[in-house]
Amino acid sequence: MSISLLTFYLFSSILLLSSLMVISTKNPVHSVLFLILAFLNAAGIFVILHAEFLAMILIIVYVGAVAVLFLFVVMMLDFKTSLEKDNILQYMPIGLLIGLVFIAELVIVLINTRLDLSNIQILSNPLDNFSDQSNTEAIGSILYTNYVLYFQLSGVILLVAMVGSIVLTLRDREGVKRQIVSEQVDRKGKIELVNVKSGEGVDI
Amino acid sequence: MDVLQSNILELITIIFYCILIFIPLLIGVVLALYADRKIWAAVQKRRGPNVVGPFGLFQVPADGLKFIFKEIILPDSADKTVFLIAPIITLALSIAAWAVIPVQAGVVLANINVGILYIFAISSLGVYGILMAGWASNSKYPFFGALRSAAQMVSYEVSIGFVIVTVLMCVGSLNLSEIVLAQKNIWFFIPLFPMFIVFFISALAETNRPPFDLPEAESELVAGYQTEYSGMPFVLFLFGEYINILLMCAMTTILFLGGWLPPIDIYPLNAIPGFVWFILKVTLVFYMFAMVKAFVPRYRYDQLMRLGWKVFLPLSLLAVVLTSSILFFFKLAPGMS
Repeated sequence: MSISLLTFYLFSSILLLSSLMVISTKNPVHSVLFLILAFLNAAGIFVILHAEFLAMILIIVYVGAVAVLFLFVVMMLDFKTSLEKDNILQYMPIGLLIGLVFIAELVIVLINTRLDLSNIQILSNPLDNFSDQSNTEAIGSILYTNYVLYFQLSGVILLVAMVGSIVLTLRDREGVKRQIVSEQVDRKGKIELVNVKSGEGVDI
Repeated sequence: MDVLQSNILELITIIFYCILIFIPLLIGVVLALYADRKIWAAVQKRRGPNVVGPFGLFQVPADGLKFIFKEIILPDSADKTVFLIAPIITLALSIAAWAVIPVQAGVVLANINVGILYIFAISSLGVYGILMAGWASNSKYPFFGALRSAAQMVSYEVSIGFVIVTVLMCVGSLNLSEIVLAQKNIWFFIPLFPMFIVFFISALAETNRPPFDLPEAESELVAGYQTEYSGMPFVLFLFGEYINILLMCAMTTILFLGGWLPPIDIYPLNAIPGFVWFILKVTLVFYMFAMVKAFVPRYRYDQLMRLGWKVFLPLSLLAVVLTSSILFFFKLAPGMS
């Protein structure tokens, strides 16, 4: 057993354990923290697979940005009300259905590769000669040439989602005083220099 | 077990290297704390720490000893596990980032190809220590501090990311040593001067330094997320914070000030070993950090957010477009000539 296999088992067992804890802890904040641990271990597995770019992007995007907002929202909840586990079996059928879909997809993939996992390489590796490039270069050169349309389209979809969420939540409220910096800095016509005679004063 | 036996020598070497990074870092933090207080005092015409040891040099170790022997107070209604894990996470993450910092040509613990992304990832994890501390304390001031800190760090990470992208376009590699070597002819703070300023100010915000120290604004929030901490956990937070500050100084040095390279490549200057130049430059950047702390009054929170989203974000986006256009049309981009 090599060191990399040992690390693989370490990462994957912690990954599985922490994802189990995500759905089984009572406290939602602990759930999110275990979710973060799961993300980190997934990134570790990516590193073992020599996909270090994906690993770092996973940490930066999911752990550094998305999960922070998750935690943000969950921390604001009054979680004492959500502690009542009245009927946990209520969601069992839909959970089973989703699990079944995942297993079916995995089985289809395995059938396609005729149970020889080396065939997956051909399916998932669109670059002919990948070995002489670092994987950052490889991802860049395939993403910005063959798949540039899809890449840009997904960017536009994200932009639409962002604009949509702002439009839905933006309200113009009456009577709100805003600080307008340009008006504060611009002092033309608002300031007057007056020579004051001693002992007399001026009217303002 | 034979796996461990065959790799035991490698393991010991790695641990030795880790200690080799950690010890100078610890000394650096002690000196930085001392320098911070001395510079601050000098600006305000005070004398600063001057009683314990020669020139007050032992003040910081004395404070550290005091904190270690103090009682660790656990608030009654705190989430105790998360409460104690939070400072450990802060310190561990801030030290972990130093593994990829090259202090001299070839002198780096892990010379990985995605070095800059690694540092970016680790520093984006730093917010969890603060968030966990604020939530686990179960008290309103720490909670407000944690919320402020999270929003602030996430906002300024965006512009830091774009600044790093402009530098990377001039280099053509994510490896930190190659970023330094690309500045052999000209340090990047000259062609990318506006981005240098944006990065410096964002680094101040990212490390919660004054004038952006709103997470622990003592006039509003007692001490922010650190309010309920005492003794050893507090020291872990303090050290983590200062190691992060030194990391940001090192990042400024590597990205913009030419890392370990001498200012001019001529005889008496290039005979000095690289790490001396590196430490000198980090010290210079830290001096600027300390001066900003002494000079500038604290920002209001809405001003902080406006600066991040309405000034720095458009500016750094514009810089990305401009830099890539210039590199493309003048055929200056790496690998284009």
